Amino acid sequence: MEEISTKVLVIGGGPGGYVTAIRAGQLGLPTIVVEEAKLGGTCLNVGCIPSKALIHAAEAFHHAKAQEKGASPFGLSVASPTLDFGKTIGWKDGIVGRLTNGVAGLLRKHKVKAIAGKAELIDGKSCVVRMADGDKRIHAEHIVLATGSAPVEVPALPFGGPVISSTEALALDAVPATLVVVGAGYIGLELGMAYAKLGSKVTVVEAADRILPVWDPELTAPVAKRLKQLGVEVLTATTAHALSDDQRALVVRQSGSVDKLTIAADKVLVAVGRMPRTQGFGLEKLDLTMQGRFIAIDDQCATSMRNVWAVGDVTGEPMLAHRAMAQGEMVAEIIAGEKRSFDKTAIAAVCFTDPEIVSVGLLPNQAKAQGLEIVIGNFPFLANGRAMSQDDEAGFVRVVARADNHLVLGIQAVGMGVAELSSAFALALEMGAVLEDIAGTIHAHPTRGEAFQEAALGALGHALHI
Amino acid sequence: MAIRIIKLPDIGEGVAEAEVVEWHVQPGQEIGEDDLLAAVMTDKATVEIPSPVAGTVIELGGEVGSVMAVGSKLVAIETEAAGSRLEAETVPVEDAPKAEPAAASVEKPAEKSAPVVEKPKAPIPEKVSRPPAEPVRGTPLEAQAKPVASPAVRGRARDAGVDLRQIRGTGPAGRVTHQDLDAFMASGAVPAASSRTPRREGVEQIKIVGLRRRIAEKMAESTRKIAHFAYVEEVDMTALEELRAHLNKRHPDRPKLTVLPFIVRALTQALRDFPQMNALYDDDAEVVSRYAAAHVGIAAQTPNGLMVPVLKHAETLDLWQTAQEIRRLAEAARDGTAKRDELSGSTITISSLGDLGGIVSTPVINRPEVAIVGINKMAIRPVWQDDRFVPRKMMNLSSSFDHRVVDGHDAASFIRAIKERLELPATLFIEA
Repeated sequence: MEEISTKVLVIGGGPGGYVTAIRAGQLGLPTIVVEEAKLGGTCLNVGCIPSKALIHAAEAFHHAKAQEKGASPFGLSVASPTLDFGKTIGWKDGIVGRLTNGVAGLLRKHKVKAIAGKAELIDGKSCVVRMADGDKRIHAEHIVLATGSAPVEVPALPFGGPVISSTEALALDAVPATLVVVGAGYIGLELGMAYAKLGSKVTVVEAADRILPVWDPELTAPVAKRLKQLGVEVLTATTAHALSDDQRALVVRQSGSVDKLTIAADKVLVAVGRMPRTQGFGLEKLDLTMQGRFIAIDDQCATSMRNVWAVGDVTGEPMLAHRAMAQGEMVAEIIAGEKRSFDKTAIAAVCFTDPEIVSVGLLPNQAKAQGLEIVIGNFPFLANGRAMSQDDEAGFVRVVARADNHLVLGIQAVGMGVAELSSAFALALEMGAVLEDIAGTIHAHPTRGEAFQEAALGALGHALHI
Repeated sequence: MAIRIIKLPDIGEGVAEAEVVEWHVQPGQEIGEDDLLAAVMTDKATVEIPSPVAGTVIELGGEVGSVMAVGSKLVAIETEAAGSRLEAETVPVEDAPKAEPAAASVEKPAEKSAPVVEKPKAPIPEKVSRPPAEPVRGTPLEAQAKPVASPAVRGRARDAGVDLRQIRGTGPAGRVTHQDLDAFMASGAVPAASSRTPRREGVEQIKIVGLRRRIAEKMAESTRKIAHFAYVEEVDMTALEELRAHLNKRHPDRPKLTVLPFIVRALTQALRDFPQMNALYDDDAEVVSRYAAAHVGIAAQTPNGLMVPVLKHAETLDLWQTAQEIRRLAEAARDGTAKRDELSGSTITISSLGDLGGIVSTPVINRPEVAIVGINKMAIRPVWQDDRFVPRKMMNLSSSFDHRVVDGHDAASFIRAIKERLELPATLFIEA
């Protein structure tokens, strides 16, 4: 067996793993990253990026269709638009390919050795990689676990046949005529709305009593409204039971009802969450301390075993690529001897539904639950010139601040394109902004960002444009 | 009290519904007539709805974004003087900060009283502590445990090993600025290597009163007047330990014997040959009084401080009586019930630190006595015997003598007399 020694061994080539490896390479640490599937992990291959490509294509098609119906307020009309879905998927695959090749290039540039194969941990210092041309044994001073997460399966609806996860939903041959989405979280709604726009008859089944239950109803109301406009039927307080006998429909039951409902479904997308990948690669041999299903880490991403680190989805919520990347960057710097700890004030969460939702920091009810006296400023896009001129006035920006010293605790927005405002929101929280900082910053006109300034002004009691 | 329901008014021709875009009021808020309640949006315009009455808002008809039909309930307002009760719950935005409990209490609760030798109940020691720097206004610590600072400031602080929680931020909301960090580091407050351990600040001043003051005075007087010299000798306790274990096993009904009764016995026997050690030196009168009786003080740590209960006529007590009496005195000293004559009148003192004990100590003589014998910790040590090392239970005796009236040779001989008795414990029981 070929034996290799290195300083840093990263297991998993997703955003957490490849960023750890790039940063370690930049710092001059001999580094190996092992990836069993494709570099870029869930995010680049079957998550963030391809779903955004699909959502964009769906939105463009939906827009064109709307104009065809003569709904354009500004007089645009188009002859019946069509979509070559195979080409859509091909275009999406092209983007994924460019990005994953980009990751491979960055790793090369920073002299990181990328090994394609499945790593199997031997102990806290070594692993074996099974490869076609023979096994390799890798010894490392530091091991970084970045194995990510996988879609959760519903026992009654195992993946296979018409039952698909988000991975398969991003690579269908054709737009299904009927699609049932199980789970009204961000993944289910993003994809459900995209397929609704592509022409599927979409039904969303959610066990909780409303969509996107992690956020407050005020924030999610514009999405609920748009779902209705798109003709998506949302069945809340409803649980999926099983496929019908002919495999062409999903049987569900609404809580409080004995009758079962059968919903036609060419495809059933199960999007009820993701679970950390902690099995099948020898992790149990390390006997690390766990926190629930996740690997327990401290504020330096150190596990219970010395020089074994963990980053990304395998370490817990929020399971977001940008959190994993920040953790990976930090771990590489700690291994290089720098003083670092994960002291972030906030991690922005973005939901690419229509309209988009951004949430950074505390929601009003979370701040109140901490016993804080708060003030809230809320500015609707109805009163924003840019929103009007984009013909999409749904949503608002909301700022939550301490009542006593005006320290901003949280910022939320819902509306077209607000994902791009997340950087301003996160910066404000990370810099420790008070309401006066945001109100006192000139926001370019006409932009949606003005609503951010106006919300801060509103919390101070003197919004200008409402 | 009356509850008025304010309905969404007919805003204009043909408008049947409007969307609430902003609430100007919240439940619990007191409003005046003509104060604005809400902004609603129709497909034609945004319209502000004023309140037709004064009162307290008790309910909103919907959330921002909800579409309401003209004529439906917009808000419910409690009118007339419902005031006083709700007024108390109304919190203006510019309210004064909550009192900071940590900063307010300058004095810590008083410590448990410490009895003095004469008076079991001593005055309460007064603790004066300086409060730490006043926390930032309106920033309760529990709610803002994380310091507010930009990532750049946090990074610099981490690299410099500075805990930002120590710095009082001058920025808005107590934000720590680059300047605050510069000033903190310029004040010479950059800590040593380990940045993981926060630096400790503050000085606690404790008034020396009661028993502590008496101890302080006695110790200072003793070291100022007496020309101390220390003498350390090691004792092989192996044989004595065997005897002790045997006796304890044979007499489970009697008080358990520690090493101390054996040492008391060895000491009192040795004193027969060295009367100059069992003496009080009145240095003002320049008289040394040698005592026939061995009144052995046992210096002991109690929760209230150092005390020296006295074994009167130790020469008359057998091992178990000695053990019994030591225990009784120690308990009396500990719970503060020792009588005055049980805490005074010693002619020589034994100092024992129990399990601590160390290797060597230099005990301070209990003036006007002239000698003190300190017991160090027993340990199994390798001892060269014949042609090899053997494990032996070894213990040091660290003693101090008043060189003004005791010569070194005599002191060494006295300690040897004790050592011989301890090493050959049978001699402890053979009347010479």
